[in-house]
Amino acid sequence: MRRYSIFAIAREAMRYHSGWERAWRAPEPKKRYDVIVVGAGGHGLATAYYLGKVHGIKNVAIIEKGWLGGGNSGRNTTIIRSNYLQDASAAIFEKALQLYEGLAKDLNYNVMFSPRGLLMLAQSEHEVRGYKRTVYANALQGIETEWISREQVKDLVPIINIDGPRYPVLGALYQARGGTGRHDAVNWGYARACDAMGMDIIQQCEVTGIRTENGEVRGVDTTKGSIDCGKLAVVVSGHSGVLAEMAGFRMPIESCPLQAWVSEPIKPVIDVVVMANLVHCYISQSDKGELVLGGGIDHPNNYSQRGSWYTLEETTRALVETYPIISRLKMLRQWGGIMDITGDHSPIISKTPVRNMFMDCGWGTGGFKAIPGSGWAMAELVAKGEPGPLAAPFSLERFREGRFIDESVAAGVAH
Amino acid sequence: MQIIPCPYCGVEAEETELTYGHEAHLKRVGPDSDAADFEAYMFTRKNPKGVHFERWRHSNGCGKWFLAARHTVTLEVFGTYPAQTTEPPAELVEKIKAKCPEWKGWK
Repeated sequence: MRRYSIFAIAREAMRYHSGWERAWRAPEPKKRYDVIVVGAGGHGLATAYYLGKVHGIKNVAIIEKGWLGGGNSGRNTTIIRSNYLQDASAAIFEKALQLYEGLAKDLNYNVMFSPRGLLMLAQSEHEVRGYKRTVYANALQGIETEWISREQVKDLVPIINIDGPRYPVLGALYQARGGTGRHDAVNWGYARACDAMGMDIIQQCEVTGIRTENGEVRGVDTTKGSIDCGKLAVVVSGHSGVLAEMAGFRMPIESCPLQAWVSEPIKPVIDVVVMANLVHCYISQSDKGELVLGGGIDHPNNYSQRGSWYTLEETTRALVETYPIISRLKMLRQWGGIMDITGDHSPIISKTPVRNMFMDCGWGTGGFKAIPGSGWAMAELVAKGEPGPLAAPFSLERFREGRFIDESVAAGVAH
Repeated sequence: MQIIPCPYCGVEAEETELTYGHEAHLKRVGPDSDAADFEAYMFTRKNPKGVHFERWRHSNGCGKWFLAARHTVTLEVFGTYPAQTTEPPAELVEKIKAKCPEWKGWK
Protein backbone atom coordinates (compact mmCIF):
# COMPACT_ATOMS: atom_id res chain seq x y z
CA MET A 1 0.00 0.00 0.00
CA ARG A 2 1.33 3.41 -0.94
CA ARG A 3 0.83 5.84 1.88
CA TYR A 4 -1.28 8.94 1.38
CA SER A 5 0.58 12.14 2.24
CA ILE A 6 1.16 15.66 1.07
CA PHE A 7 4.17 14.37 -0.86
CA ALA A 8 1.98 11.80 -2.62
CA ILE A 9 -0.38 14.60 -3.68
CA ALA A 10 2.56 16.65 -4.97
CA ARG A 11 4.00 13.63 -6.79
CA GLU A 12 0.68 12.81 -8.43
CA ALA A 13 0.07 16.44 -9.31
CA MET A 14 3.29 16.31 -11.37
CA ARG A 15 2.00 13.38 -13.44
CA TYR A 16 -1.68 14.21 -13.86
CA HIS A 17 -2.78 11.90 -11.02
CA SER A 18 -2.03 8.83 -13.09
CA GLY A 19 -0.32 6.93 -10.29
CA TRP A 20 -3.03 6.46 -7.63
CA GLU A 21 -3.54 2.81 -6.79
CA ARG A 22 -6.81 1.04 -6.19
CA ALA A 23 -7.54 1.26 -2.47
CA TRP A 24 -8.35 -2.45 -2.26
CA ARG A 25 -8.37 -5.47 -4.57
CA ALA A 26 -11.37 -7.53 -5.69
CA PRO A 27 -10.07 -11.07 -5.07
CA GLU A 28 -11.75 -14.41 -5.63
CA PRO A 29 -12.17 -16.45 -2.43
CA LYS A 30 -9.46 -18.93 -1.45
CA LYS A 31 -10.31 -22.47 -0.28
CA ARG A 32 -9.67 -21.76 3.38
CA TYR A 33 -9.03 -18.90 5.79
CA ASP A 34 -8.10 -18.86 9.46
CA VAL A 35 -10.95 -16.43 10.10
CA ILE A 36 -13.91 -15.47 7.96
CA VAL A 37 -15.66 -12.27 8.90
CA VAL A 38 -19.20 -12.08 7.51
CA GLY A 39 -20.20 -8.50 6.79
CA ALA A 40 -17.95 -5.79 5.35
CA GLY A 41 -19.52 -2.93 7.23
CA GLY A 42 -17.63 -0.80 9.70
CA HIS A 43 -17.85 -3.34 12.53
CA GLY A 44 -16.76 -6.27 10.36
CA LEU A 45 -13.87 -4.40 8.77
CA ALA A 46 -12.74 -3.06 12.15
CA THR A 47 -12.86 -6.61 13.55
CA ALA A 48 -10.64 -7.82 10.71
CA TYR A 49 -8.31 -4.84 11.04
CA TYR A 50 -7.65 -5.34 14.76
CA LEU A 51 -7.36 -9.11 14.24
CA GLY A 52 -4.43 -8.36 11.96
CA LYS A 53 -2.98 -5.37 13.74
CA VAL A 54 -3.29 -6.40 17.38
CA HIS A 55 -3.41 -10.19 17.22
CA GLY A 56 -1.34 -10.91 14.09
CA ILE A 57 -4.04 -13.00 12.37
CA LYS A 58 -3.89 -11.98 8.72
CA ASN A 59 -5.21 -14.98 6.81
CA VAL A 60 -8.67 -13.42 6.93
CA ALA A 61 -11.52 -12.99 4.47
CA ILE A 62 -14.25 -10.41 4.87
CA ILE A 63 -17.26 -11.46 2.83
CA GLU A 64 -20.12 -9.13 2.01
CA LYS A 65 -23.38 -9.86 0.21
CA GLY A 66 -23.70 -6.36 -1.21
CA TRP A 67 -20.98 -3.78 -1.47
CA LEU A 68 -18.51 -2.67 1.16
CA GLY A 69 -20.11 -0.28 3.66
CA GLY A 70 -23.47 -0.45 1.88
CA GLY A 71 -25.50 -1.43 4.91
CA ASN A 72 -25.98 0.52 8.11
CA SER A 73 -22.38 1.81 8.04
CA GLY A 74 -23.35 3.89 5.04
CA ARG A 75 -26.83 4.67 6.33
CA ASN A 76 -26.48 6.53 9.59
CA THR A 77 -26.19 10.02 11.03
CA THR A 78 -22.47 9.62 11.92
CA ILE A 79 -22.83 10.71 15.56
CA ILE A 80 -19.95 9.80 17.89
CA ARG A 81 -20.18 10.04 21.68
CA SER A 82 -19.45 8.04 24.81
CA ASN A 83 -21.65 9.63 27.49
CA TYR A 84 -23.35 6.40 28.57
CA LEU A 85 -24.70 5.68 32.02
CA GLN A 86 -23.82 2.01 32.50
CA ASP A 87 -20.16 1.18 33.13
CA ALA A 88 -20.00 -1.59 30.53
CA SER A 89 -21.36 0.63 27.75
CA ALA A 90 -19.31 3.65 28.78
CA ALA A 91 -16.15 1.52 28.66
CA ILE A 92 -16.65 0.21 25.13
CA PHE A 93 -18.00 3.46 23.65
CA GLU A 94 -15.15 5.40 25.27
CA LYS A 95 -12.65 2.92 23.81
CA ALA A 96 -14.28 3.57 20.43
CA LEU A 97 -14.09 7.34 20.88
CA GLN A 98 -10.42 7.16 21.85
CA LEU A 99 -9.67 5.04 18.80
CA TYR A 100 -11.63 7.48 16.61
CA GLU A 101 -9.45 10.29 17.91
CA GLY A 102 -6.37 8.65 16.42
CA LEU A 103 -8.03 6.74 13.60
CA ALA A 104 -7.08 8.92 10.63
CA LYS A 105 -3.40 8.63 11.55
CA ASP A 106 -3.68 4.95 12.39
CA LEU A 107 -5.33 4.07 9.06
CA ASN A 108 -3.47 6.70 6.99
CA TYR A 109 -6.92 7.71 5.77
CA ASN A 110 -8.80 10.89 6.57
CA VAL A 111 -11.94 9.77 8.40
CA MET A 112 -12.91 13.40 8.96
CA PHE A 113 -13.47 12.85 12.67
CA SER A 114 -14.89 16.13 13.93
CA PRO A 115 -15.13 16.42 17.73
CA ARG A 116 -17.42 19.42 17.50
CA GLY A 117 -19.26 18.81 20.75
CA LEU A 118 -22.53 17.02 21.40
CA LEU A 119 -25.58 18.00 23.44
CA MET A 120 -28.42 15.87 24.69
CA LEU A 121 -31.28 18.20 25.54
CA ALA A 122 -33.23 17.77 28.74
CA GLN A 123 -36.84 18.79 28.13
CA SER A 124 -38.55 17.39 31.20
CA GLU A 125 -37.75 17.24 34.91
CA HIS A 126 -37.09 13.52 34.55
CA GLU A 127 -34.56 14.08 31.83
CA VAL A 128 -32.83 16.77 33.93
CA ARG A 129 -32.43 14.26 36.77
CA GLY A 130 -31.45 11.48 34.39
CA TYR A 131 -28.75 13.46 32.61
CA LYS A 132 -27.32 14.89 35.83
CA ARG A 133 -27.04 11.32 37.03
CA THR A 134 -25.23 10.43 33.79
CA VAL A 135 -22.80 13.32 34.33
CA TYR A 136 -21.96 11.98 37.81
CA ALA A 137 -21.63 8.44 36.46
CA ASN A 138 -19.35 9.67 33.67
CA ALA A 139 -17.18 11.48 36.23
CA LEU A 140 -16.70 8.16 38.05
CA GLN A 141 -15.94 6.42 34.75
CA GLY A 142 -13.34 9.05 33.87
CA ILE A 143 -15.34 10.36 30.91
CA GLU A 144 -15.53 14.10 30.70
CA THR A 145 -19.12 15.35 30.36
CA GLU A 146 -20.90 18.25 31.95
CA TRP A 147 -24.36 19.55 32.72
CA ILE A 148 -24.99 22.91 31.06
CA SER A 149 -27.78 25.40 31.60
CA ARG A 150 -30.42 26.41 29.06
CA GLU A 151 -28.63 29.71 28.49
CA GLN A 152 -25.43 27.84 27.62
CA VAL A 153 -27.47 25.69 25.24
CA LYS A 154 -28.72 28.83 23.51
CA ASP A 155 -25.14 30.13 23.28
CA LEU A 156 -23.95 26.91 21.65
CA VAL A 157 -26.99 26.54 19.38
CA PRO A 158 -28.30 29.99 18.41
CA ILE A 159 -31.00 28.58 16.10
CA ILE A 160 -32.69 26.60 18.87
CA ASN A 161 -36.02 27.58 20.35
CA ILE A 162 -35.50 26.94 24.06
CA ASP A 163 -38.95 28.17 25.15
CA GLY A 164 -40.97 25.25 23.90
CA PRO A 165 -43.90 25.86 24.29
CA ARG A 166 -44.64 22.18 24.86
CA TYR A 167 -41.15 21.04 25.76
CA PRO A 168 -38.95 23.93 26.89
CA VAL A 169 -35.22 23.21 27.02
CA LEU A 170 -34.18 22.95 30.68
CA GLY A 171 -30.50 22.24 30.15
CA ALA A 172 -28.36 19.66 28.46
CA LEU A 173 -25.80 16.93 28.88
CA TYR A 174 -22.74 18.15 27.02
CA GLN A 175 -19.79 16.11 25.81
CA ALA A 176 -17.19 18.38 24.21
CA ARG A 177 -15.26 15.42 22.78
CA GLY A 178 -18.30 14.03 20.96
CA GLY A 179 -19.06 14.89 17.37
CA THR A 180 -19.25 13.25 13.97
CA GLY A 181 -17.10 11.38 11.47
CA ARG A 182 -17.34 10.57 7.79
CA HIS A 183 -19.06 7.19 7.69
CA ASP A 184 -17.89 6.13 4.21
CA ALA A 185 -14.32 7.16 4.99
CA VAL A 186 -14.34 5.00 8.12
CA ASN A 187 -15.38 1.98 6.03
CA TRP A 188 -12.97 2.76 3.22
CA GLY A 189 -10.08 3.47 5.58
CA TYR A 190 -10.50 0.17 7.39
CA ALA A 191 -10.98 -1.68 4.08
CA ARG A 192 -7.80 -0.23 2.61
CA ALA A 193 -5.82 -1.07 5.74
CA CYS A 194 -7.20 -4.65 5.83
CA ASP A 195 -6.35 -5.14 2.16
CA ALA A 196 -2.85 -3.83 2.77
CA MET A 197 -2.36 -6.58 5.37
CA GLY A 198 -3.23 -9.16 2.70
CA MET A 199 -6.79 -9.81 3.78
CA ASP A 200 -9.38 -10.59 1.09
CA ILE A 201 -12.46 -8.39 0.92
CA ILE A 202 -14.95 -10.35 -1.16
CA GLN A 203 -17.97 -8.35 -2.19
CA GLN A 204 -21.16 -9.57 -3.92
CA CYS A 205 -20.79 -12.83 -2.02
CA GLU A 206 -23.78 -13.82 0.07
CA VAL A 207 -23.60 -16.47 2.77
CA THR A 208 -26.25 -19.12 2.05
CA GLY A 209 -25.35 -21.63 4.73
CA ILE A 210 -23.07 -22.27 7.70
CA ARG A 211 -21.40 -25.69 7.83
CA THR A 212 -20.89 -27.22 11.26
CA GLU A 213 -19.53 -30.54 12.46
CA ASN A 214 -19.96 -31.84 16.02
CA GLY A 215 -21.10 -28.39 17.13
CA GLU A 216 -18.07 -26.67 15.68
CA VAL A 217 -18.01 -24.37 12.69
CA ARG A 218 -16.24 -25.68 9.57
CA GLY A 219 -17.00 -23.10 6.92
CA VAL A 220 -19.63 -21.21 4.99
CA ASP A 221 -21.49 -21.82 1.74
CA THR A 222 -21.71 -18.70 -0.35
CA THR A 223 -22.89 -17.58 -3.76
CA LYS A 224 -19.21 -17.79 -4.77
CA GLY A 225 -18.80 -21.34 -3.55
CA SER A 226 -17.91 -23.04 -0.33
CA ILE A 227 -15.15 -21.59 1.88
CA ASP A 228 -13.57 -23.33 4.88
CA CYS A 229 -12.57 -21.46 7.99
CA GLY A 230 -11.05 -22.01 11.40
CA LYS A 231 -13.19 -19.38 13.06
CA LEU A 232 -16.26 -17.49 11.93
CA ALA A 233 -17.08 -13.94 13.01
CA VAL A 234 -20.62 -12.90 12.11
CA VAL A 235 -20.98 -9.12 12.11
CA VAL A 236 -24.12 -8.48 10.11
CA SER A 237 -26.35 -6.22 12.28
CA GLY A 238 -29.96 -6.53 11.04
CA HIS A 239 -29.43 -9.95 9.46
CA SER A 240 -27.93 -11.56 12.59
CA GLY A 241 -31.10 -13.59 13.12
CA VAL A 242 -30.94 -14.93 9.57
CA LEU A 243 -27.34 -16.14 10.00
CA ALA A 244 -28.05 -17.54 13.46
CA GLU A 245 -30.88 -19.57 11.95
CA MET A 246 -28.45 -21.00 9.37
CA ALA A 247 -26.30 -22.17 12.28
CA GLY A 248 -29.32 -23.56 14.12
CA PHE A 249 -29.97 -21.16 16.97
CA ARG A 250 -32.04 -18.05 17.68
CA MET A 251 -31.01 -14.62 18.88
CA PRO A 252 -32.67 -12.18 21.31
CA ILE A 253 -32.99 -9.73 18.43
CA GLU A 254 -35.71 -8.12 16.37
CA SER A 255 -34.94 -6.29 13.14
CA CYS A 256 -36.65 -3.04 12.23
CA PRO A 257 -35.84 0.06 10.18
CA LEU A 258 -34.39 3.36 11.30
CA GLN A 259 -34.46 6.29 8.91
CA ALA A 260 -32.39 9.39 8.45
CA TRP A 261 -32.60 12.19 5.95
CA VAL A 262 -30.75 15.32 4.83
CA SER A 263 -31.82 18.77 3.78
CA GLU A 264 -30.54 20.85 0.90
CA PRO A 265 -27.15 22.41 1.70
CA ILE A 266 -27.22 25.77 3.46
CA LYS A 267 -24.67 28.09 5.07
CA PRO A 268 -23.37 27.00 8.48
CA VAL A 269 -26.09 27.33 11.12
CA ILE A 270 -25.20 24.70 13.69
CA ASP A 271 -21.68 23.60 14.63
CA VAL A 272 -22.52 21.01 17.29
CA VAL A 273 -24.57 17.81 17.33
CA VAL A 274 -27.87 18.13 19.18
CA MET A 275 -29.99 15.19 20.27
CA ALA A 276 -33.46 15.69 21.74
CA ASN A 277 -34.62 12.36 23.05
CA LEU A 278 -37.97 13.41 24.47
CA VAL A 279 -39.34 14.83 21.22
CA HIS A 280 -37.09 12.38 19.39
CA CYS A 281 -35.05 14.23 16.85
CA TYR A 282 -31.38 14.82 16.26
CA ILE A 283 -29.53 17.20 14.04
CA SER A 284 -26.06 18.12 12.86
CA GLN A 285 -24.68 19.88 9.81
CA SER A 286 -22.40 18.10 7.38
CA ASP A 287 -19.33 19.70 5.84
CA LYS A 288 -21.31 20.07 2.62
CA GLY A 289 -23.88 22.17 4.50
CA GLU A 290 -26.70 19.64 4.56
CA LEU A 291 -28.58 19.25 7.81
CA VAL A 292 -28.37 15.59 8.78
CA LEU A 293 -31.58 14.60 10.56
CA GLY A 294 -32.71 11.53 12.40
CA GLY A 295 -35.42 10.27 14.69
CA GLY A 296 -36.85 7.06 16.05
CA ILE A 297 -37.22 3.54 14.74
CA ASP A 298 -40.24 1.92 13.15
CA HIS A 299 -41.21 -0.84 15.56
CA PRO A 300 -42.76 -3.53 13.32
CA ASN A 301 -40.25 -6.20 12.22
CA ASN A 302 -39.05 -5.21 8.78
CA TYR A 303 -36.11 -6.20 6.56
CA SER A 304 -36.99 -3.88 3.68
CA GLN A 305 -34.70 -0.89 4.46
CA ARG A 306 -37.82 1.27 4.20
CA GLY A 307 -39.45 3.08 7.07
CA SER A 308 -42.85 4.71 7.27
CA TRP A 309 -43.86 8.23 6.39
CA TYR A 310 -45.41 8.94 9.77
CA THR A 311 -42.05 8.44 11.50
CA LEU A 312 -40.50 11.01 9.15
CA GLU A 313 -43.41 13.33 9.79
CA GLU A 314 -43.25 13.04 13.59
CA THR A 315 -39.53 13.71 13.69
CA THR A 316 -39.73 16.57 11.21
CA ARG A 317 -42.51 18.11 13.31
CA ALA A 318 -40.29 17.91 16.40
CA LEU A 319 -37.36 19.39 14.47
CA VAL A 320 -39.39 22.33 13.16
CA GLU A 321 -40.69 23.06 16.64
CA THR A 322 -37.16 22.96 18.09
CA TYR A 323 -35.42 24.78 15.20
CA PRO A 324 -38.06 27.05 13.60
CA ILE A 325 -35.70 28.37 10.89
CA ILE A 326 -35.55 25.01 9.15
CA SER A 327 -39.27 24.94 8.39
CA ARG A 328 -38.80 26.10 4.78
CA LEU A 329 -35.94 23.76 3.91
CA LYS A 330 -36.35 21.17 1.18
CA MET A 331 -35.24 17.65 1.97
CA LEU A 332 -32.82 16.08 -0.48
CA ARG A 333 -32.87 12.40 0.30
CA GLN A 334 -33.88 9.85 2.88
CA TRP A 335 -32.66 6.36 3.64
CA GLY A 336 -33.31 3.50 6.03
CA GLY A 337 -31.18 0.79 7.59
CA ILE A 338 -32.19 -2.38 9.40
CA MET A 339 -31.52 -2.16 13.12
CA ASP A 340 -30.86 -5.19 15.28
CA ILE A 341 -32.69 -4.39 18.50
CA THR A 342 -31.95 -6.54 21.56
CA GLY A 343 -34.06 -6.99 24.66
CA ASP A 344 -32.04 -4.49 26.70
CA HIS A 345 -30.97 -2.23 23.79
CA SER A 346 -27.32 -3.10 24.37
CA PRO A 347 -25.08 -4.96 21.93
CA ILE A 348 -24.00 -8.59 21.88
CA ILE A 349 -20.32 -9.49 21.47
CA SER A 350 -20.32 -13.13 22.27
CA LYS A 351 -19.50 -16.75 21.76
CA THR A 352 -22.45 -18.70 20.38
CA PRO A 353 -23.84 -22.22 20.85
CA VAL A 354 -21.65 -23.20 17.85
CA ARG A 355 -17.95 -23.51 18.77
CA ASN A 356 -15.61 -21.06 17.05
CA MET A 357 -18.51 -19.01 15.74
CA PHE A 358 -18.75 -15.55 17.26
CA MET A 359 -21.30 -12.79 16.87
CA ASP A 360 -21.03 -9.04 17.16
CA CYS A 361 -24.47 -7.49 16.75
CA GLY A 362 -27.33 -5.78 18.51
CA TRP A 363 -25.85 -2.30 18.17
CA GLY A 364 -29.32 -1.17 17.17
CA THR A 365 -29.56 2.55 16.66
CA GLY A 366 -26.09 3.33 18.02
CA GLY A 367 -23.62 1.38 15.96
CA PHE A 368 -21.55 3.90 14.04
CA LYS A 369 -20.00 5.52 17.10
CA ALA A 370 -18.92 2.11 18.36
CA ILE A 371 -17.17 0.82 15.25
CA PRO A 372 -13.53 0.93 16.44
CA GLY A 373 -14.33 -0.24 19.98
CA SER A 374 -16.60 -3.00 18.75
CA GLY A 375 -13.96 -4.19 16.28
CA TRP A 376 -11.30 -4.08 18.99
CA ALA A 377 -13.37 -6.13 21.46
CA MET A 378 -14.59 -8.58 18.81
CA ALA A 379 -11.07 -9.14 17.46
CA GLU A 380 -9.90 -10.02 20.97
CA LEU A 381 -12.80 -12.45 21.39
CA VAL A 382 -12.16 -14.12 18.03
CA ALA A 383 -8.38 -14.32 18.47
CA LYS A 384 -8.40 -15.70 22.01
CA GLY A 385 -11.69 -17.55 21.96
CA GLU A 386 -12.62 -15.84 25.22
CA PRO A 387 -13.93 -12.29 25.68
CA GLY A 388 -11.66 -9.59 27.05
CA PRO A 389 -12.82 -7.08 29.66
CA LEU A 390 -14.60 -4.88 27.08
CA ALA A 391 -16.67 -7.68 25.54
CA ALA A 392 -17.33 -9.83 28.62
CA PRO A 393 -20.43 -7.96 29.90
CA PHE A 394 -22.04 -8.20 26.44
CA SER A 395 -22.29 -11.99 26.23
CA LEU A 396 -25.43 -13.76 25.00
CA GLU A 397 -25.84 -15.44 28.39
CA ARG A 398 -26.76 -12.16 30.04
CA PHE A 399 -30.38 -12.56 28.92
CA ARG A 400 -30.63 -15.93 30.61
CA GLU A 401 -28.86 -14.70 33.71
CA GLY A 402 -30.85 -11.47 33.99
CA ARG A 403 -27.66 -9.41 33.81
CA PHE A 404 -28.99 -6.64 31.56
CA ILE A 405 -27.15 -3.53 30.50
CA ASP A 406 -30.19 -1.36 30.36
CA GLU A 407 -29.31 1.59 28.15
CA SER A 408 -32.81 1.92 26.76
CA VAL A 409 -33.67 3.62 30.02
CA ALA A 410 -30.26 5.07 30.76
CA ALA A 411 -29.49 6.65 27.41
CA GLY A 412 -32.96 7.78 26.52
CA VAL A 413 -34.41 6.29 23.38
CA ALA A 414 -31.96 7.33 20.72
CA HIS A 415 -28.43 6.00 20.99
CA MET B 1 -47.42 3.02 5.37
CA GLN B 2 -48.98 -0.35 6.08
CA ILE B 3 -52.70 -1.05 6.01
CA ILE B 4 -53.92 -3.92 8.14
CA PRO B 5 -57.55 -5.01 8.49
CA CYS B 6 -58.89 -5.34 12.03
CA PRO B 7 -60.63 -8.75 12.32
CA TYR B 8 -63.06 -7.45 14.96
CA CYS B 9 -64.45 -4.24 13.51
CA GLY B 10 -63.52 -4.90 9.88
CA VAL B 11 -61.82 -1.53 9.45
CA GLU B 12 -58.92 -1.33 7.01
CA ALA B 13 -56.72 0.30 9.62
CA GLU B 14 -53.72 2.36 8.65
CA GLU B 15 -50.56 1.85 10.70
CA THR B 16 -50.91 4.96 12.87
CA GLU B 17 -54.27 3.62 14.04
CA LEU B 18 -52.55 0.53 15.40
CA THR B 19 -49.94 -0.36 17.98
CA TYR B 20 -47.41 -3.07 17.23
CA GLY B 21 -47.14 -5.89 19.77
CA HIS B 22 -44.25 -8.00 18.44
CA GLU B 23 -44.13 -11.77 17.94
CA ALA B 24 -47.34 -13.77 18.35
CA HIS B 25 -47.97 -17.30 19.65
CA LEU B 26 -45.29 -17.12 22.33
CA LYS B 27 -45.97 -19.66 25.03
CA ARG B 28 -45.96 -18.03 28.42
CA VAL B 29 -43.86 -19.95 30.91
CA GLY B 30 -44.84 -20.61 34.48
CA PRO B 31 -43.00 -20.12 37.79
CA ASP B 32 -41.52 -23.67 37.67
CA SER B 33 -39.78 -23.17 34.34
CA ASP B 34 -36.00 -22.93 34.12
CA ALA B 35 -33.89 -19.99 33.01
CA ALA B 36 -33.62 -21.23 29.41
CA ASP B 37 -37.41 -21.39 28.98
CA PHE B 38 -37.80 -17.99 30.51
CA GLU B 39 -35.13 -16.56 28.21
CA ALA B 40 -36.87 -18.07 25.19
CA TYR B 41 -40.18 -16.60 26.24
CA MET B 42 -38.88 -13.17 27.18
CA PHE B 43 -36.11 -12.45 24.68
CA THR B 44 -35.36 -15.02 21.99
CA ARG B 45 -37.23 -14.24 18.81
CA LYS B 46 -37.75 -15.88 15.42
CA ASN B 47 -37.28 -12.52 13.71
CA PRO B 48 -37.74 -14.11 10.27
CA LYS B 49 -36.81 -12.51 7.00
CA GLY B 50 -40.11 -13.58 5.51
CA VAL B 51 -43.48 -14.52 6.99
CA HIS B 52 -43.94 -13.17 10.52
CA PHE B 53 -46.81 -13.81 12.91
CA GLU B 54 -47.29 -10.85 15.16
CA ARG B 55 -49.61 -9.05 17.54
CA TRP B 56 -51.29 -5.74 16.84
CA ARG B 57 -53.72 -3.65 18.84
CA HIS B 58 -56.34 -1.50 17.20
CA SER B 59 -55.49 1.17 19.76
CA ASN B 60 -57.07 4.14 17.99
CA GLY B 61 -60.14 2.09 17.05
CA CYS B 62 -61.92 -0.74 18.79
CA GLY B 63 -59.00 -1.15 21.21
CA LYS B 64 -58.71 -4.92 20.80
CA TRP B 65 -55.62 -7.08 20.31
CA PHE B 66 -55.49 -9.24 17.20
CA LEU B 67 -52.90 -11.31 15.34
CA ALA B 68 -51.56 -10.86 11.83
CA ALA B 69 -49.39 -12.69 9.33
CA ARG B 70 -47.17 -10.25 7.45
CA HIS B 71 -44.10 -10.54 5.22
CA THR B 72 -41.14 -8.63 6.64
CA VAL B 73 -39.56 -7.90 3.25
CA THR B 74 -42.51 -7.22 0.96
CA LEU B 75 -44.65 -5.99 3.90
CA GLU B 76 -47.61 -7.88 2.43
CA VAL B 77 -50.31 -8.64 5.00
CA PHE B 78 -51.60 -12.18 4.41
CA GLY B 79 -54.39 -12.00 6.90
CA THR B 80 -55.49 -11.16 10.43
CA TYR B 81 -57.38 -13.16 13.02
CA PRO B 82 -58.62 -12.79 16.60
CA ALA B 83 -56.09 -13.13 19.41
CA GLN B 84 -58.02 -15.85 21.28
CA THR B 85 -56.19 -18.69 19.55
CA THR B 86 -52.96 -20.60 20.09
CA GLU B 87 -52.20 -21.18 16.43
CA PRO B 88 -52.96 -19.52 13.10
CA PRO B 89 -56.11 -20.60 11.22
CA ALA B 90 -55.54 -23.46 8.74
CA GLU B 91 -56.84 -21.54 5.72
CA LEU B 92 -54.42 -18.68 6.40
CA VAL B 93 -51.52 -21.13 6.62
CA GLU B 94 -52.62 -22.65 3.27
CA LYS B 95 -52.86 -19.21 1.70
CA ILE B 96 -49.33 -18.31 2.82
CA LYS B 97 -47.95 -21.67 1.63
CA ALA B 98 -49.44 -21.02 -1.80
CA LYS B 99 -47.92 -17.56 -1.98
CA CYS B 100 -44.54 -18.35 -0.39
CA PRO B 101 -43.46 -21.90 -1.35
CA GLU B 102 -40.10 -21.44 0.47
CA TRP B 103 -41.84 -20.73 3.79
CA LYS B 104 -40.93 -23.27 6.47
CA GLY B 105 -44.04 -22.93 8.63
CA TRP B 106 -45.07 -20.74 11.54
CA LYS B 107 -43.29 -22.64 14.36
